[in-house]
Amino acid sequence: MSLAKHWRLQQQRYRLIGVQCEDCGAKLLPRRLVCPQCKSHNLQPYSFKGQGMVYSHTVVYDAPSGYDGYVPYPAALVRLDEGPLVATQLTDVDIDEPYIGMPVEMVTRRLREHGESGMIVYGYKFRPKLKD
Amino acid sequence: MRRVYITGIGQTPVREHWDRSARDLAASSILQALEQAGIDKADAIYVGNALSGELTGQEQLAALIADFAGLTGTEAIRVEAAGASGGAAVRLGYLAVASGVHDTVLVTGVEKMSDLSGPAVEEALATSTDEEYEAIHGLSIAASHALLMRRYMYDYDLERRDFAHFSVNSHRNAVNNEYAMFRRPITVEAFEKARLVADPISLLDSAPVADGAATIVLCSDKAAGKRANSSVEITGSALATDAVALHDRPNPLFLRAVQESAHKAYAQAGVTPKQIDIFEPHDAFAILAALSLEASGLAPEGEGVRLAMEGEIALEGRIPICTMGGQKARGYPVGAAGVYQIVELAQQLRGDAGANQVDARVGMTQSIGGTGATAVTHILRSP
Repeated sequence: MSLAKHWRLQQQRYRLIGVQCEDCGAKLLPRRLVCPQCKSHNLQPYSFKGQGMVYSHTVVYDAPSGYDGYVPYPAALVRLDEGPLVATQLTDVDIDEPYIGMPVEMVTRRLREHGESGMIVYGYKFRPKLKD
Repeated sequence: MRRVYITGIGQTPVREHWDRSARDLAASSILQALEQAGIDKADAIYVGNALSGELTGQEQLAALIADFAGLTGTEAIRVEAAGASGGAAVRLGYLAVASGVHDTVLVTGVEKMSDLSGPAVEEALATSTDEEYEAIHGLSIAASHALLMRRYMYDYDLERRDFAHFSVNSHRNAVNNEYAMFRRPITVEAFEKARLVADPISLLDSAPVADGAATIVLCSDKAAGKRANSSVEITGSALATDAVALHDRPNPLFLRAVQESAHKAYAQAGVTPKQIDIFEPHDAFAILAALSLEASGLAPEGEGVRLAMEGEIALEGRIPICTMGGQKARGYPVGAAGVYQIVELAQQLRGDAGANQVDARVGMTQSIGGTGATAVTHILRSP
């Protein structure tokens, strides 16, 4: 269990910070060093709004260690409004509710715990978009 | 480049081998292969293995295996590329012989999985995904494939039961393979009723965790001598990669690494997809087999599942796949699977496949890591 491995991802985990290519305009999440579209190295931080739609979804029944206490839980690939896909759990939703195209928004939630006295890891999940 | 022949094969039954460790399984497949090739040593050993550190606490596995097989001192190295470890080891063995660096090498694939149970194995298997952006969200390897399958069903208007035909085919073919783990047929109805592991993927849609080892002997034409005339030849070998995470690919339903490796292998072997008589795909999940058929040019985009529904993947079909049971029914000792595929295809091309014999001259294997980030394609030709 390492604190640093989670701490160094705080920009991504808490604020959905990715990068934008200054040359071709591509918006990328997670961050990269080289633009996959135009190979530019000129990438600057870009803050995603955290709004999107479900691209695909599942419900996990047989989970890896550390997550087996939460089953069954829904997970998804979400297509953000700015373009990229993001892998995430869905929250504040029943397991039979998600559908492809469902509007969702980012929230910060507990991702996992490392035992009773261990670290608790927080990060993004997505919930059905609240009505304005 | 020199020609490369397969002059010996060996395999252990795929089982939960409670009484045998990785070194034991690997060495026994090596001894079988050496005996068949009529040799007692090799220039090098390439060991395909995905998870021995995670699952058994043993690294430096290749040296351990070389020593246990009575080959102490031999050049030996472990090759890791998740589910593609076996295929990647074959690729390195091929390069060593084709390049002229070595004349005779062993390629062994081995995985020992039954020492840990459920969640610990799922955690180990999830290491083939992007740890910081996929595994941290509790996505098991089945869940990642479930995301692909759900979207595929949506895009092509299919139901879960439509995917059953892959598992039904694999189980039917495993009945006649004494090395297979599940030697009993299953029905579409059983597939539909099976317990979900990650919706829409069920137990009967997931290749089972298992122990096993397989070995091949690769020789140059010089080292093979007269045996070359009766040996299967590797005529195409290629490895390609893609982004590890599904979300980092422009279209998750298109396996770019599979396409790249298949087309390089076709070009090297001088064949077109139409000339492939038999195909051993990486059917860890049915969706992966379907997407592989499409990316390899054996089915049009969106038609991979229909090929199975129409019976074209059966032994008597247009493109037989998983002819000895595939990962689904032969069993899936992860890092060994890519070598089992070569062993089984060699059996077919030598005419040693028994009741499952297919009339084939050119065959193809494909070993895939994770959801498609590493793909290794080999094309073999009968003697």
